[in-house]
Amino acid sequence: MALLEIKDLHAKVGDREILKGISLTINPGEVHAIMGPNGSGKSTLAQVLAGRELYVVTGGEVIYQGKDLLAMSPEDRAREGIFLAFQYPVEIPGVSNMYFLKAALNTIRKHQGQEELDAIDFLNLVREKMKLMEMDQALLNRPVNTGFSGGEKKRNEIFQMAVLEPKLAILDETDSGLDIDALRAVAGGVNALRSPERSMIVVTHYQRLLNYIVPDFVHVLSQGRIVKSGGKELALELEESGYAGLGIEDDEEVATV
Amino acid sequence: MTAVSEQTGAWLEEFAKLPKAEPWIQELRERAYARFAELGFPTTHDEEWRFTNVAPIARSSFRSEPTYGKKRSAVPLDAEAHLGRYASFDQNAFVALNTAFLSDVTVRRVPAGTVLEEPIEITYETPEGAAAHPRTLILVGANAQCSIVETYKGDGAYFTNAVTEIVLGENAVVDHYKVQRESLEAFHVATMQVQVGRSANFSSHSIALGGALVRNDANAVLSEGSHATLNGLYIVNGTQHVDNHTVIDHAKPHATSHELYKGILDGTANAVFNGRIIVRKDAQKTDSKQTNKNLVLSDNAVIHTKPELQIHADDVRCTHGATIGQLDAESMFYLQSRGIGRKEARALLTHAFAQDIIDRVKVQSVKDDLERYLSEKLHEHAH
Ligand SMILES: Nc1ncnc2c1ncn2[C@@H]1O[C@H](COP(=O)(O)OP(=O)(O)O)[C@@H](O)[C@H]1O
Ligand SMILES: [Mg+2]
Repeated sequence: MALLEIKDLHAKVGDREILKGISLTINPGEVHAIMGPNGSGKSTLAQVLAGRELYVVTGGEVIYQGKDLLAMSPEDRAREGIFLAFQYPVEIPGVSNMYFLKAALNTIRKHQGQEELDAIDFLNLVREKMKLMEMDQALLNRPVNTGFSGGEKKRNEIFQMAVLEPKLAILDETDSGLDIDALRAVAGGVNALRSPERSMIVVTHYQRLLNYIVPDFVHVLSQGRIVKSGGKELALELEESGYAGLGIEDDEEVATV
Repeated sequence: MTAVSEQTGAWLEEFAKLPKAEPWIQELRERAYARFAELGFPTTHDEEWRFTNVAPIARSSFRSEPTYGKKRSAVPLDAEAHLGRYASFDQNAFVALNTAFLSDVTVRRVPAGTVLEEPIEITYETPEGAAAHPRTLILVGANAQCSIVETYKGDGAYFTNAVTEIVLGENAVVDHYKVQRESLEAFHVATMQVQVGRSANFSSHSIALGGALVRNDANAVLSEGSHATLNGLYIVNGTQHVDNHTVIDHAKPHATSHELYKGILDGTANAVFNGRIIVRKDAQKTDSKQTNKNLVLSDNAVIHTKPELQIHADDVRCTHGATIGQLDAESMFYLQSRGIGRKEARALLTHAFAQDIIDRVKVQSVKDDLERYLSEKLHEHAH
């Protein structure tokens, strides 16, 4: 059975339709890359899958583990194993990273019928994952993402993913703003989590990340539609000829970098 | 006028019943009572009381509670030089009423040069059905240092009408906490009047959690080179009404003040923040910053916030700002996307909003109590 089935998904924000019929099937263990120019709707798709209410689904359906995903609250999606690494992780002053992550992990564990971790077990787990991510432990005691550099925020997202061990990870431009060392660390963290049970959607604007996280499939999104799908060689094709090679103009006049 | 005398009439009866005190106190009481009778209770026509209607207090018929149990000592003789000198009852009916009912006074002295390791703890618990007028006088000598924790609490319906006078000598350092955890049926009116000596440093943290109808006046007068920090946190829900009025009077040059009041409002609660900064004519080089931030969790809660800058000097720096906002939708989604339930996320963010005030609390017991209270209270909301 497919882990995730997206069928003819339409979504809008305000009066504006952004996703115009997306279909995609993801089986357990598969890594799908979604590429596309700025403004093509990549983040919208990622956020819709995670349950952001700002985006209103106007058509289509999404089946996750045989259930209607769109009927679930964002927290229930997370509890059922969906994880979104945000393109722009949110700063939350006043909430410590540690407290936040422990609350998240234990809520998810409880939901999945596992025992909650006590402070010591949690700390051990967190230490191990931080090492994997080559992350500074001091970040744990700071408020969530507050005062983090761009790179630290992205690492923190993947670190959270490593701790929460989702079944479906959606990484939204996790590579943007990373220097090469940070990119390697992040990719290393992601690759360590690859397993036959875990699927990933890797959203990226550039091919670069895909040298490190090699996808099984590549899809090109333009103006809210998947215009081309293929294997990992499609990413290389794009690298050479650019989106223009596929006849795609930049989707946004003012590209947000 | 009839309305005023009707309302003050019941208090006159109680006043007449008071046992006579030593002559100087009796004289002070009588002057205060006379002033109270003239002023009457304020109404919402009075600018200072525009958003706070004290008619329920004026109409109430609590029995007078002149003493807080018999254990407390009466007014120490040496308080005469100070008592009533700072908190004027001339314009404030509640201060007048408190002074009229003056009986037991909590007096604490910190001798010059003394550094107290343990906080001075003063707790007032008004019995159900009573009207009490707790009075506190704290005299901190030159170069002395101390923390003060005033706690107000009780059960059921009652009226607490408190006045606290604090005097800091030259170079003194005082860290003051007022923890107001009155019952949700109680009326609480309080004035804190602080005289900050030359180069002294006063900080105050006013935590307002309880009470049905609450009015706090926190006033500080700054001498040359002194500093005042006024922080406040008010958390209101249901039909609670909490009014914070502060006055920072930069009477002399080179003083600094820093004020941060934060409010969390839910239900149909009302809150008022009115922060007045006075910079007197010769108070050059004043540096003053005032901030009021409000988190409004319900569509039916109302906040009135107003800065009032009265600046009579030219070489000064005064800034102020007020915000009223809801929980941030992006932060909510971020927490939920990690499996944290909506209600829990709301509680977390609300707690986080108060965090910077909590972080400024240096007395550990107060901090722990506040953390516990917040977790319980917000958890209650969450379920
Ligand atoms: N909250 C929003 N309000 C209005 N327009 C939005 C909003 N979010 C996204 N859009 C628009 O939808 C389009 C797709 O955006 P997005 O999904 O962020 O693209 P991508 O991630 O591919 O760069 C863009 O034109 C963008 O301006
Ligand atoms: Mg994007």
